[in-house]
Order: sequence, then structure tokens, then C-alpha cells
Amino acid sequence: MKDERIQMGHGSGGKLSHDLIADIMLPAFKNPILAEMHDGAKLQIQAAKLAFTTDSFIVKPVFFPGGDIGKLSVCGTVNDLAMTGAVPLYLSVAFILEEGFPVQDLKTIVQSIQTAAAEAGVFIVTGDTKVAERGAVDGIYINTAGIGKIMDDVDITPARVHAGQDIILSGHIGDHAVSVMAERHGITLPQAITSDCAPLNGLVKEMLLAVPQISILRDPTRGGVATILNEIASQAKVGILLKETAIPIRPEVAAVCDMLGFDPLYLANEGKILAFVDSAYSEQLVGVMHQHQYGRDARIIGSVTANNRGSVGLRTTIGGVRLLDMLASDQLPRIC
Amino acid sequence: MAVYPNDHIQKAAAFFTKEIDRLSKRPVRLMEVCGTHTVAIFKAGIRNLLPEQVELVSGPGCPVCVTPSSYLDTAIAYSRQKGVIITTFGDMLRVPGAKSTLSEQRAAGADIRIVYSPLECIDIAKNNPMKKVVFLAVGFETTAPVAAATIIAAENASVKNFFVLSAHKRVPPALKMLLANGDVNVDGFLLPGHVCAITGESPYHFLAEQYHIPAVVTGFSAIDILQAIYTLVKQIETGEALVGNQYKQVVKPEGNPHASRILDQVYGKADAVWRGLGKIANSGLELRSNYTSFDITNDMPIDVPNQPEHSACRCGEVLRGKITPRECLLFGKTCTPEQPVGACMVSVEGTCAAWHRYGTWRWQG
Repeated sequence: MKDERIQMGHGSGGKLSHDLIADIMLPAFKNPILAEMHDGAKLQIQAAKLAFTTDSFIVKPVFFPGGDIGKLSVCGTVNDLAMTGAVPLYLSVAFILEEGFPVQDLKTIVQSIQTAAAEAGVFIVTGDTKVAERGAVDGIYINTAGIGKIMDDVDITPARVHAGQDIILSGHIGDHAVSVMAERHGITLPQAITSDCAPLNGLVKEMLLAVPQISILRDPTRGGVATILNEIASQAKVGILLKETAIPIRPEVAAVCDMLGFDPLYLANEGKILAFVDSAYSEQLVGVMHQHQYGRDARIIGSVTANNRGSVGLRTTIGGVRLLDMLASDQLPRIC
Repeated sequence: MAVYPNDHIQKAAAFFTKEIDRLSKRPVRLMEVCGTHTVAIFKAGIRNLLPEQVELVSGPGCPVCVTPSSYLDTAIAYSRQKGVIITTFGDMLRVPGAKSTLSEQRAAGADIRIVYSPLECIDIAKNNPMKKVVFLAVGFETTAPVAAATIIAAENASVKNFFVLSAHKRVPPALKMLLANGDVNVDGFLLPGHVCAITGESPYHFLAEQYHIPAVVTGFSAIDILQAIYTLVKQIETGEALVGNQYKQVVKPEGNPHASRILDQVYGKADAVWRGLGKIANSGLELRSNYTSFDITNDMPIDVPNQPEHSACRCGEVLRGKITPRECLLFGKTCTPEQPVGACMVSVEGTCAAWHRYGTWRWQG
């Protein structure tokens, strides 16, 4: 049992599939909607504006400091919902497993999914499991989709971004990308850096309750802070000026980036928020964020300008301003 | 590298820029030899802070940029051989050979793996005993000692399936050649801190002694670079020419004797071809006779046709500081970071890539 591995039969729809779901998925995700074991989940949602999103997760290694693919797959979808101003309610989870994947690892991942879902207050109400031949999949891929109810009086849209607003970042950047990279390549970090992977809906709820005037919320995942801000500058047709000295980056993360030639502003985060709000509310919003465990290091990192439309500038430590553009391609470790 | 609190950095930067402005009476051209300096200068916004008469030009100090396309063609040819695993630093993946890139070969099924240190190759070789693991040994004196250490480690561990395709290069002979040919017209050099950490300062004394050009070994923070520019401008205005070291915490006068010893044990000097600059005497490193069994070209000779580089590409002139990237007809048109033609556009440290990314953009207001 200890060395049990996923076989093709686990995805056949027959006895092995049934056992996998009954033994691993159902006990972990236990809730009345899932317990009905219908072809689809029957949901009761009162008339409301809904948010609906989906995301697929491929990460190497599957387990990394601060999380695993299971936690990531819940947090990713929960956070996408939260960024629209929605309270996440229900998730679906679909697994694509490689033949030979250790069942014990699957159990750990499933438990991790449930722990993250419980923290986010969402239910896993439907799912799917497929098994691909050995070599066709790198261990395990997960897709999650989610539905959430958009909070009253909340209107999160780039159209509301305008000059004079402040840009707030909830904490240190680059932790997730650097911890995964270090784990993948056996790089010993000067001090343990763990992924920031976390469900942010609790923090978002506090932020929106205190300051419903927030114009836009985005989580700077792939492409990092620089890419997301470029998207917003382009969508909202505004300029954005960041202050390098205000952007929180751990010295250990900066050191690894320095060594490999990476710019932390382009690295993925899995537990950070960017918020745009009129400057009259920004100090209040930062104060609210500081009260929450995932917003303790929040700070104002820049502002929205009327000129330089579509551009993101970075005021450097020595007082110059440089362009912070979109990344042409993946960042690659350099020679020296 | 000096470490200052942020407000001290601003004060120090203001001091150096004001002093450079005050001292600088005539146009000067300073060459940053190292690609990391090129990027650091753009990233810190240093060009915006310098007076107009102080011009910064980039030199041949990006190892990716000076790797000839024939080397990439050879690497690509090996990647197509059955039972070969190519290991490389990431920024080599997109460098164009004559017709293809390693990245395209990987997408087509070649086993090409990115490593962060050549030492990772030993494990890859141990885990794939039936395959030949070929490390693309590219880089200056900074990275060459680690490649040498990996070869020694492979020998000690009796790993027989680890090889290198060597294209290591040495910086001082390239500068010597450029000056001897009268090919560059510069008033001072910012010398590469990482390279000098291995070699020490002495290989660069010829700049002052033979050519009366001042030079400063410098680190990579904005203040390090501004301070070095200030030192150079001061010397130029007073007619002095010294090779100084602003990066003393990292660069010792004698360099790193341990790394130099390892390098010398494995590699000897040889002529080498630089992209855009041609063959430069003694500017390369080749495996000594005791270690030629680690040379993949010995173990598995392969015939690679010699293909000409893109005729309109002016990377060579960019690398000599003769033109700015914008003067190349391909720049930003057929040659972009997404579809690079020349190597200077590929590497994040490349001059063209830096110009394309940060270029002449100015924040308005």
C-alpha cells in the first residue's frame, strides 16, 4: 500500500477509478453537494453578480517550500475570483495524473487542497480524474475552476483607474518564484525563502469592506508586478510611476536574482495583491491591510499619472527614471 | 560593493553627478567593458543623470554576444545526435546560429537542459550513464574556473560521459587588440568587477602604461558605477592615467589565486574567434592535453558546414563601441528581443537588448 502507484486503470472509470475517488477525494473534500455524486454539482446561489474563472497548474517540483501544486491550484483560482471583488464559493478540481505517480503523493496533495479550501472558505463541489500514460504527463497536472459572488457596491475595473491614484502592494515580491527555482535546481539559499502561496480572499474582503472605492485589484502572478502594471497602464490608458525604494524585496531574493540575472519585478508571486485607490484612501487602506496576516508588509509603491500613457516608469534609487516594460520572453539564467 | 541606506544612496548619487558635471570640461567617451555594467547603467537610469559631454559606450564584455554563430551551429549539431544531452546556461538558448537556435531544437525534441552551475552536469551524467552529457562551456574568466572545477570533479568521480564544448574567452587580449588596431576611440574604461575578482587588476595595467588610458575596476551598484565614472572624469581632466580599483571588497589585487590555479590546471591559452571581432590571439582557453578526453569534439568529431553570419548585422561595430545599436538598420525592425538576429539582442546583458528595452525612452514630466 505504501508504494502504491497510479495505474492506467485509475482513470478508466471502473472499479479502480471509483476506489480512488471514494478513498481519497470524497473523504478529503467532504460536503453535502459533492456527496450527492451527481454528474454535475447543483448549486443554490441567490440572484447576484457572479464571477467565474478557471486555471490550470503545472509546477515543477510538485512540492516546494511553502506549498505544493494542490495548495497552488486552490489559491490561484480563489485569488482570481477575489481580484474581481467576489467572495469565492465553489471550486471544481480536475486531476491529470501520470501512470506511476505515487498514490501517497496524491493523498498529500488532496489534503493540501482541502486545507487551502477550508482556509479560503470554499467547497470543492465537483471534479474529475484522468490518467495519462507514463511519460505523457510530468507527474500531475491540476485544473481548478471557481464561482464566486461579487460583493455589493464593488466595481473592480481598469476603467476606474485614473491619475492621482496610489498603487499599493501587499508585501514582498519574488518569494514564490525564487523558492520554486531554488528547489528545482538545488540552489542553496542564504536563508530559507518560502513561497508566499496563500488564499487572499480574506484580505480582499477586509480591504473592500473598509474601502469599497478600490478601482482595481490584481494578483501579480506570472509576469510579476511589472507585467501586470503594464497591462493596467495600457487598459486604463494612464501612466504609472513606481518608486524603487518603496518596493519590498527580501535581501535573499534580491541576492538570488542578482546572481542569476533575474529582475524580481518580473517574478511570479502567489500571495500578493496590487490595489489602485484614490490617494485620499490609500493610507487607510494600507492600515487595514497591515491588520491582516497576508498584508502586514503592505505599502504604497507608486502612483498613477495623466502623462506617459500606457507606460510604466521606475524612479530608481539614485533618482533617474527608467522604463519598466513588458517582458519579451521568459527570464533565463545568465552566464555571468 | 558599498552598502548604503536609501537616503545615503540618493545623497551619494547627487554628490557624484554634481561633481562629474563640475569637473567635466570636454567630451569624453567611457567604455563599460562588461555587459552587466551596461544593463546596470540603464536600470539605474545613470545615462539620464550624466552631463551631455560624458558618453558611455559598451564594449565586448557580454560572453553570449561574442560567441560566434559557428559555435551555436556546432552545439545544435551535437543536440541532434542520438544519445546526447546538451546542458547550458539559459541565455544561450535563444542565440541564433546560422539557421536555428537551441530553443527551437529543444521544441523539436532535442534533450537540452538549463543548468545554473556546470556542477549540476555531473549528476545529470551519473543519472544518464548511456548518454553523453555536453556542457556548453561559454563565458569569461568569471565562469571558466567553475567549468574547470567541474572537469576535475568529473575526473575524480570517474564520470566518463561528461564533456564540454569549450568557447571560453579572456577579456584583456580583446581590449589589447581593439586598442592596438586603433579600433576604439575611448578616454577611459570601466573594468568588469566579476572578471577582475578572478584575474586581479594587473592584466589591465597595460591600459595606463601603454595607452595612457585610465581604467577603474568597478562593482555593479549605481553608486559603484557613478563613483567610477567620477574617478575616470577626474583623471582625464587632470591628464592622469591609472588603473584603479573601486571594488576592493570583492577584487583583490592578486585576484583569486585558487580559481586561477584550477583554471590554469585545466585550460591553456589559445587563439579564439569572437563574434563580430574575428580571431584574437591568446584570447581563448583550450583544454590542456591531460584533459582532452573531456572535449566532445575529440570524442565525437562532427562536421559542421561554415555558414556566414547575417550580412547586415552590425553587432561587431556595437561591440567595439563604434556605433550605437540604433545605427544598425536591423535594430528594432528585423532584430528584436523576440526575434533576435544578432547576439547583442539576445542576452539580457547585450547592448542592443538593453538599448531596445530602455533605449531613449524618457519619462515626461
